[in-house]
Amino acid sequence: MPQEYRLILKNADLPGYTPDIDCYLRHGGYETLRKCLALPVRELPDGKKQTAQEQIRDEVLKSGLRGRGGAGFSAGLKWSFVDRKSGKPIYLICNADESEPGTFKDRQIIHKDPHQLVEGMIIACFANDVHLAYIYIRGEMPEGARLLNKALRAAREQGFLGKNILGTGFDLEIHVHRGAGAYICGEETGLIESLEGKRPYPRIKPPYFPAVLGLYLCPTIVNNVETLAAVRHIMAMGAMEYSKLGTPNNTGTRIVSLSGHVKRPGYFEIEVGKVTLGELIFHENFGGGLRDGRRLKAVIPGGSSAKIFKAGEKFKLKRKGPDGQMATVEVDLLDLPYDFDSLQQAGSMSGSGAIIVMDDSTDIVGALANISEFYAHESCGQCTPCREGALWMSKALHRMAHGRARRADPDYLLSIAQNIQGRTICAFGEAASWPVLSFVRKFREEFDARGAADESKAATATGRTPAAK
Amino acid sequence: MSLAVPPALEAEIDTLISHYPQRRSASLMILHALQDHFGWLSQEAIEWTAAKLGLQPINVLELVTFYPMFRQAPAGKFQFKVCRTLSCALGGGHALHGHLCQKLGLDPHKHGIQTTPDGKFSVEFVECLASCGRAPVLMVNEAFHEAVTPDQAEALLSQCR
Repeated sequence: MPQEYRLILKNADLPGYTPDIDCYLRHGGYETLRKCLALPVRELPDGKKQTAQEQIRDEVLKSGLRGRGGAGFSAGLKWSFVDRKSGKPIYLICNADESEPGTFKDRQIIHKDPHQLVEGMIIACFANDVHLAYIYIRGEMPEGARLLNKALRAAREQGFLGKNILGTGFDLEIHVHRGAGAYICGEETGLIESLEGKRPYPRIKPPYFPAVLGLYLCPTIVNNVETLAAVRHIMAMGAMEYSKLGTPNNTGTRIVSLSGHVKRPGYFEIEVGKVTLGELIFHENFGGGLRDGRRLKAVIPGGSSAKIFKAGEKFKLKRKGPDGQMATVEVDLLDLPYDFDSLQQAGSMSGSGAIIVMDDSTDIVGALANISEFYAHESCGQCTPCREGALWMSKALHRMAHGRARRADPDYLLSIAQNIQGRTICAFGEAASWPVLSFVRKFREEFDARGAADESKAATATGRTPAAK
Repeated sequence: MSLAVPPALEAEIDTLISHYPQRRSASLMILHALQDHFGWLSQEAIEWTAAKLGLQPINVLELVTFYPMFRQAPAGKFQFKVCRTLSCALGGGHALHGHLCQKLGLDPHKHGIQTTPDGKFSVEFVECLASCGRAPVLMVNEAFHEAVTPDQAEALLSQCR
């Protein structure tokens, strides 16, 4: 039977579990940090010596942990890109700018078990020789910022932060930095600009890879809240054990945010790839199915930037068969394992782990208009295709959703979207165009029908016949 | 005209500045602190921040105009921020916003923030507040409310004094 596997959220919802440090310490908190700081130098079979820091980085790499913020890139590899020879300080930033529509997982960690994040961060900072780190939390989470500040103060009082942490000579300070309502700050180079006190215009890569030229043009690691919390668990249980969770290349657990038209929306921590999209929506342990009498219409599988799936879609996935050979199998939408690779092969992504479910009561044109308004509002305005295009798409969709659709609109939308993606500095261009491309292509008949109906209505009203059928 | 920043607030701001290797980084945190205290960010507040950080006023003004949470005019004593984005829209966010506007005599179709003439209430749509599983959500000042029904919204209004 598919069920949750709670690792990061193991304690969060226990009765009586509170976000203060005493409660965390009673549940084994900061033991992993003690262990990490005290790791003896290890001699490898080839005679090379490995420091505590190198061992932790190695463990995180071996664990297979992939970033939980959206891109799903190997966290260990990301750390390995850090320029450690530049002589400049190395910074670490926790990305707590949780803003991808549909996502509410980091909120659970921050509000219910913030010390877990702090412990993961301290371990990550120790492993990467970081002495100054920031938690960039979105402005709309003032309570989260207060809880984190309280957690940091408590950790400092206990000697887990500050000078000479636990007598090891390691110094680290972590500060909370609040954003002010801009989605683009979740993009790591935009976040860095924002942390420097500027408009969060994303930087162009190359040359501004954060691992080399990040905060104050120093090497910088930016990791998501859930990723850093996972680091703590990887070091507690060991990379070998952690990588047994989940499925090959999609290891560990991840917290799925489920919203929209299901009976039991909420957050569910699962082993990556061990639960299917259909189970997440319909199984009683998860979404519990649609509202009574409703049928599934569409699913956005990874936050609003992810390409939409239409109910009944089938996908060809490459799978390793029992004989070890790669074979192509046909998989129904609802049987897609919820992991990074399967969703990507199916043409979308698991993104930030946010599933938005829409039943047959949903006006698909209106839903896309809603999403496009978000991206028009949030475009930072730096690149012309995105600044203008996101607004054009939003205006056209607003018009379509308000009874003034035209037959030419679907093609118009597609052409704008195609001219944004790949032509911008950051991935926001894709985030704005993918929903439009996928909605219009997969639900073309609804967009066409809307245009035809509104044009003929307008023609009747004005006494003119439509110019084209 | 210069800004009258109380010594305690200025001390708090100095502490914030000390958190960063470069002073300019403290801009957003200072603007939050000033807006929390004064209710909005005046030209004087912008100039004060710039002087504090050794910047030109434009370096601060461009932040205030970019980041949606900062405002250059006073808002209501109680600010209702209703989530507009998809999951909340599927869960009744627009009905909630409309209900609040109707109760307060505001226009639900008007763009941007609206404040009642007595300056008591503001209502605005904001983008995703990251609690999509408990739609629709809204914030009243810094307090967060989830799965808000129109009745509950009215109760919230009546609690604001």
